[in-house]
Amino acid sequence: MSLDDANTSPEVMLQFYRMLYPFNSIFNWLNHEHVPTKLFTHREFSFTLQGDIYLRYHSFNTAEDLKKQVLALNPTRFEIGPVYSAKPRDKKTVRPAAFSPRKRELVFDIDMTDYDGVRTCCSAAELCSRCWGFIAAAVKVLHAALVDQFGFRHLLWVYSGRRGIHLWISDPEAMDLTDDQRRAIVNALTVVEGGKEMVRKVNVRTANRGLPPSLWGALAVLRTVFGPLVLDDQNCFGSQEGWETLLQLIPDHPSLSTLRSEWTKYPTRPSAQKWEELKAQINKTKGSDHTRLWGALEDVILQYTYPRLDAEVSKHRNHLLKAPFCVHPKTGRVCVPVDPSNIDLFDPRGVPTVAQLLRELDIAGEGADWEKTSLKPYVEMLDRHTMGLMEEARRTKRATAGGYNGKTEKSHQS
Amino acid sequence: MFKGSERNSFGTKQTKAQTNFGSPYPFRLNFYDKPPLYEVTLEEFETSAIDRLRILAEIESSFARNRTWDELRHVTQMQCNKYLPLSSNTATTMDIETQRRSDHLGHFVLRLAFCRSEELRRRFVMAETTLFKVRYESDDTKERKEFLDAQEFDWKKVEESEKQQFSEELKALEVKQVGSSEQPPSSGEYVKVHWTRVPDLVAKRRVFLRGGFAYVPNRELSSFVFHDFESKLEKALEFTAKILPRMDEDTRLVPILNNLSQGFLAGVPSEWSDPSAFGEEIRAEMIDDLAKKHFPMCMRNLHECLVRDHHLKHFGRLQYGLFLKVLGLSIEEAVIFWRKSFSNITDDKFNKEYKYNIRHSYGLEGKRANYPAKTCQQILVTDKPGVGDCHGCPYRHFSPENLQTSLLATYSSQGLTTTDLHEIMRTVKEGHFHVACTRVFEMTHASQGVKKGEGIGGGESVTHPNQYAARSIELEKSQREDAMAVE
Repeated sequence: MSLDDANTSPEVMLQFYRMLYPFNSIFNWLNHEHVPTKLFTHREFSFTLQGDIYLRYHSFNTAEDLKKQVLALNPTRFEIGPVYSAKPRDKKTVRPAAFSPRKRELVFDIDMTDYDGVRTCCSAAELCSRCWGFIAAAVKVLHAALVDQFGFRHLLWVYSGRRGIHLWISDPEAMDLTDDQRRAIVNALTVVEGGKEMVRKVNVRTANRGLPPSLWGALAVLRTVFGPLVLDDQNCFGSQEGWETLLQLIPDHPSLSTLRSEWTKYPTRPSAQKWEELKAQINKTKGSDHTRLWGALEDVILQYTYPRLDAEVSKHRNHLLKAPFCVHPKTGRVCVPVDPSNIDLFDPRGVPTVAQLLRELDIAGEGADWEKTSLKPYVEMLDRHTMGLMEEARRTKRATAGGYNGKTEKSHQS
Repeated sequence: MFKGSERNSFGTKQTKAQTNFGSPYPFRLNFYDKPPLYEVTLEEFETSAIDRLRILAEIESSFARNRTWDELRHVTQMQCNKYLPLSSNTATTMDIETQRRSDHLGHFVLRLAFCRSEELRRRFVMAETTLFKVRYESDDTKERKEFLDAQEFDWKKVEESEKQQFSEELKALEVKQVGSSEQPPSSGEYVKVHWTRVPDLVAKRRVFLRGGFAYVPNRELSSFVFHDFESKLEKALEFTAKILPRMDEDTRLVPILNNLSQGFLAGVPSEWSDPSAFGEEIRAEMIDDLAKKHFPMCMRNLHECLVRDHHLKHFGRLQYGLFLKVLGLSIEEAVIFWRKSFSNITDDKFNKEYKYNIRHSYGLEGKRANYPAKTCQQILVTDKPGVGDCHGCPYRHFSPENLQTSLLATYSSQGLTTTDLHEIMRTVKEGHFHVACTRVFEMTHASQGVKKGEGIGGGESVTHPNQYAARSIELEKSQREDAMAVE
């Protein structure tokens, strides 16, 4: 068997599921306790088989059942959906009205393709370590907002295997959010919007041109990211097209007209220098002009670095999202959890591939599992995350003697 | 104090005292948390419901017609005065109690009629919440305060120390909001509620958030009240739906209720769905020509994006695909059209990823629903275009420069000139996107005798892309017939 790194042939995948995939860790994480609850048994799993055949509405009673089915189907990947009011595999036998999504982790998906307008290093499906800077900035901003503002505690970041990152929030309050509430969070966190034809994509200011307080923290973080990432590394305003866009984003003002002719004459000036020149010009203005132009500068920072969410994923409870530890079929890389506090050090190219893991397993010898491979720290990261969740579930259970998942389900709204 | 059990369901608890005002209806506003527990005649049962229905139907049609909030409020108040007047406590000459009793009864009868399907429930909740908002805004400030005080909301006042701690952030919230009508001046008071109770304020970033709690300025509390009204009503309706089957034997009420729910459906202007309006069948290869002659700007843009990129993203396919369906493109022709347009992809990929969706939109897959084409209202407010998207309303979602360029590029061959742009851009700036679109229609159809102000016939403005295209095709046809008659 040839084992080049991007190999994801059916034989390799089967071996991976049999020997390496941490089914128990995934079960605990979804279930919030050791005994199977509705959180697991009523959960939808969907499978993508070889040849893009898509199977929906599977559900399982235990981690063992799930493993058996995965080994039988040997999918290229599988996805996790919501907890329904009945077991998804019984969907055809219950009344349609009695089958609706009830609970679901609050999930977010950030994909590098949404940054195509601003990144200059790659496009479409490519991802290099330089683009990762955008993802790292997005993770910092989102993580802080969700923890500080919305009060969530159980956030799991997962590398999507190629060019993006997923976030799963498992707090009981997050699981219970309605679609409307999810939409509200997404809207509050969406700052960059507008299609191809809209040059100015950030419009968040209040009537007196102030930035809403919910974005202050984000701007503070992004200010520090903007210089190294957008100016130095990506050199976004280096090309004619790049600096033309920059000037279009700043409202017309007489003191800026010199910049256009200046930059046309010396088009090769680096972005950082152009940015400084623009700042210097704006600092010469006074009063309300200064506030307005300075605000526009801040908006530029947001437009180039603020997280760009794939909103549809988060808005509806019944959206499916690829399970952690699946293998990306194109790159062969495992979708591993990522530590947000060390996001700058994370290198997507350092993530183990399935072929590499199987080689490590061969070296470790007979009977080895993920503990003997470089998957170990990642599985342990998930287990640590799950411990916090289980601790909270236990506490809630003790407080409401009725049981965490049974009686309290309905009255949790307020 | 907040009693958890009392909030969740209506109908089972009657613990709350009847209020100390002596009257069962101390306030003009009503949260409808107590069902009417008295005898009514069948006639009263029906008339109170029909009167209310008239108002709700008007509210629904206001949404369908893109009325502004002020127009909607005005129209609703007119309807209310006509069918269901409600006077404030100060009105001594009116029989306040009869008015309020009829309001109360009508609401609960309609709950019975509209709890039965998801669709009816959703529409009823929307119309009722709007009615509540209209009344809330027009209520006497003092009486409104008394009404709010009498309700038991679970909010906490923000302490002085916390106000100090977050003074900067809270100050930043104190700005006049664009487009907000009458609001009492800021009192510097805030309440703290869990953010899930004020999702719309969170979405608009009009509250300060900390650790899951939203700090809501007092003047924004109405949003909390409306949301509370809405979510209580939703829950109550679901509850009613569950116990409704017990009423099935009742041969007096069920026919009335059936009539009412049908009336709600029929009272609203029908969707634009008349595929056979143009006589001859539309084939895939005719679309390019039709687009250039008859499509509104939004569809022209989608068509050109499709021709240019050989692809459209999901919402673009949805908006354009349903439009073509209603225009009269059959499913066979639709598959041909999309297959030809997506020339960069393999047959295999097309069949797997796109064909299903096309058939789905024609009601041939999945839940087999006949989806109507999107109205201007839906295009304007739902699924805003994201990065790389081409759908939406160009008048709204293009930047002014791009809109001007595109308008000229698209319509100059049909008689649109640079001098017309000024007027169009002015209406766009004021936010009257459908007016801008209607003006473009008038200008580009001037050669067919359409005059300014005539709109798409009889002064009507464009509220649906299919209406635009249908009228344009109709004009061309009648001109052709005239020409033939002359020969």
